[in-house]
Amino acid sequence: MTTSLHFDQIRLPPACQKLREEVRAFIAEEIAAGTFVPDRPGHGDTHNRAFSQRVGAKGWIGMTWPKQYGGHERNFLERYVVTEEFRVANAPVRLHFVADRQSGPILLKYAPEHIKRDILPRICRGELCFVIGMSEPNSGSDLFAAKTKATKVDGGWKINGSKIWTSNAHIADYMLGLFRTSPVTKENRRHGLTQFLVDMKSPGITVNPIIQMTGQHDFNEVVFDDAFIPDDHALGEIDGAWKQATSELAYERSGPERFLETFYVLNELVRAVGTDPDLRSAEGLGRLVAQLHTLRRMSISVAGMLQAGKEPVVESSIVKDVGTIWEQQLPERVRALAAFLEPEASNRVTLDEQLDFAFKVAPKLTIQGGTTEILRGIIARGLGLR
Amino acid sequence: MATESDNIVAETAARIFADLADPQTINNARDDAWKNKLWQALADAGLTLAWVPENLGGAGASLSDGFSIVAAAGRYALPVPLAETLLAGWLLAQAGIAAPTGAMTIAPVQPNEPLDVDADGALNGRVRAVPFARDAEHIAALVSGPKGLAVALAATADCQRGEGRNLAGEFSAAVTFARTRPRKLAPLPPSFDRHALLLMGATMRAMQIAGALETVLAMSVVYANERVAFERKIGKFQAVQQNLARLAGEAAAALAVSGSAADSIAHARAYDEGVLLEVASAKIRCAEAAAEGAAIAHQVFGAIGFTNEHILHRFTLRMLAWRDDFGNESSWAAKLGEDIARRGADEFWPLVASR
Repeated sequence: MTTSLHFDQIRLPPACQKLREEVRAFIAEEIAAGTFVPDRPGHGDTHNRAFSQRVGAKGWIGMTWPKQYGGHERNFLERYVVTEEFRVANAPVRLHFVADRQSGPILLKYAPEHIKRDILPRICRGELCFVIGMSEPNSGSDLFAAKTKATKVDGGWKINGSKIWTSNAHIADYMLGLFRTSPVTKENRRHGLTQFLVDMKSPGITVNPIIQMTGQHDFNEVVFDDAFIPDDHALGEIDGAWKQATSELAYERSGPERFLETFYVLNELVRAVGTDPDLRSAEGLGRLVAQLHTLRRMSISVAGMLQAGKEPVVESSIVKDVGTIWEQQLPERVRALAAFLEPEASNRVTLDEQLDFAFKVAPKLTIQGGTTEILRGIIARGLGLR
Repeated sequence: MATESDNIVAETAARIFADLADPQTINNARDDAWKNKLWQALADAGLTLAWVPENLGGAGASLSDGFSIVAAAGRYALPVPLAETLLAGWLLAQAGIAAPTGAMTIAPVQPNEPLDVDADGALNGRVRAVPFARDAEHIAALVSGPKGLAVALAATADCQRGEGRNLAGEFSAAVTFARTRPRKLAPLPPSFDRHALLLMGATMRAMQIAGALETVLAMSVVYANERVAFERKIGKFQAVQQNLARLAGEAAAALAVSGSAADSIAHARAYDEGVLLEVASAKIRCAEAAAEGAAIAHQVFGAIGFTNEHILHRFTLRMLAWRDDFGNESSWAAKLGEDIARRGADEFWPLVASR
């Protein structure tokens, strides 16, 4: 029987502990300075340009990238520590996070040298916000149904069409977009899409806000009307984006942000149950902690295997599948466990407020970055079922 | 069977299991003749006393190596008390008692079931659900007496043993010590942690569950790729694929967290709150995975998997039974929850992040 799952026992190296303390000290300073309020998610901005630049100055963006492009040549486990500490603190990292996690690595691999030298150091300094231009009105999970067209013109490409659900497009400097450069072929319905670097300040690009059910504004519609992209902004093989889309996904799928999105309600529950909880609270809390610890050990293992040059494709998809379902159900479990707690518990207002926000956020967690259904299809393929 | 193994000890174990503990062969067997051959091979290879130091007659394997034997045993749903004998040998060695030959079991297996040794050196007390209580020749017991904690080695024939069986039909019986004379009795050093036996046992059961889940996943995938319904292999149906992906998620969780617990116990200087988090989490999450995983696998196999003839139940019922030994998931969850709450919210994330 061939099915085998691997989770190497990876422990964060000792250097990570010192780094973690530095990050915590930085976060504490930022909280003290009023940059953000850690236990009130949903209040205040999820992005903050000045904050991102301070994070960049600390050397915590592009941590794993080569020094010649402004990176710091640290390892993925060190990046892991920074990511989880910011996430647990609800720090406003949205401006630089996508660039750090996925856009930068794609540019490193496929962009021409002069673009790498121009853009990557600016990402590392926390100056650039990147967005992902994949979904379209009629192309969501089915990425290869994208229709927004790139037509060859002298010296570049003209883009026409629209992208949708584009988080942060209203604050973005660049998009990594997937556009149709050729029709699909009979043999390969994934053929014909090319990845482009798009300067969001180009003429012909309009960003229209879409307000989410949380009341927040992350989503946008991005309309392209004869927007020009120069030739050197095409990334990788023309018509062959499908070949380069999958390898980065392991990083995107297995990080701590895939199970810590609603962590704050669990932390607040610990506060709410007090130091001497009844049996029901203790047992319920213990299970949630066990599940969290398990996810984290799985996620760290994947990070370590990636660092070692392995390709844990199935394992990373599993982390996102199990992790996002857990963080989605977490507010429900916490609500049930909090049901009989003293309404006057000192932090009950905070917990109720957090739960209200978490319930509104919950539906998106199993949709963004690959739906549960798509992930399970990938896992099934890895198991040898497709 | 999965042949994944991290070291030579586990490879040896897996080879013996493949030759002499094939689940289908055992399932078809009309008598217990296979049992002696299997046990003899395990004993000859030094696996039964892997955790006993050489000066006490054992193989002197590391804790990590022993846990990998246990995981391999889980992959075969091994129906002999190998894990129990390993643990008994380990417990005896803590008090410097040489291990006898033959199968052993352990007591207590549940939290809050203390056994006493009186001033005359006789054992008293009743413990529930002792695994393989009627198969094992000896029982290694953690007992407390006037001079503190001690380890007793008793002949099982000298104790009163109940008739109980676990979900998989294995003897898992109450054992009563009533002024029972142990064959050996020795004090434990003050450095011995009274929770150590439960922590070791819980980790062992978590490893066994994870191993069994690995095989259950592999079996289910193979079956889904063979069985045809509506003119297609059932593994081609999205509904079945989604279920198998969930099963893979449960197996993955169990593997990762049990491996983490074994690693942390094997390298722990003290059984601190970090080790409690690791072991409690492993027992809790593996138990949850056993329940989810067993349900999904049975759904995939349909009626054939519900027959006595099929080997699926050898894995699923043991997985479910192992949840109850060395503290079930609810008792570990309450203990972990109490510990987390007592430390307070500000200490919560730092503890999780320390692992």
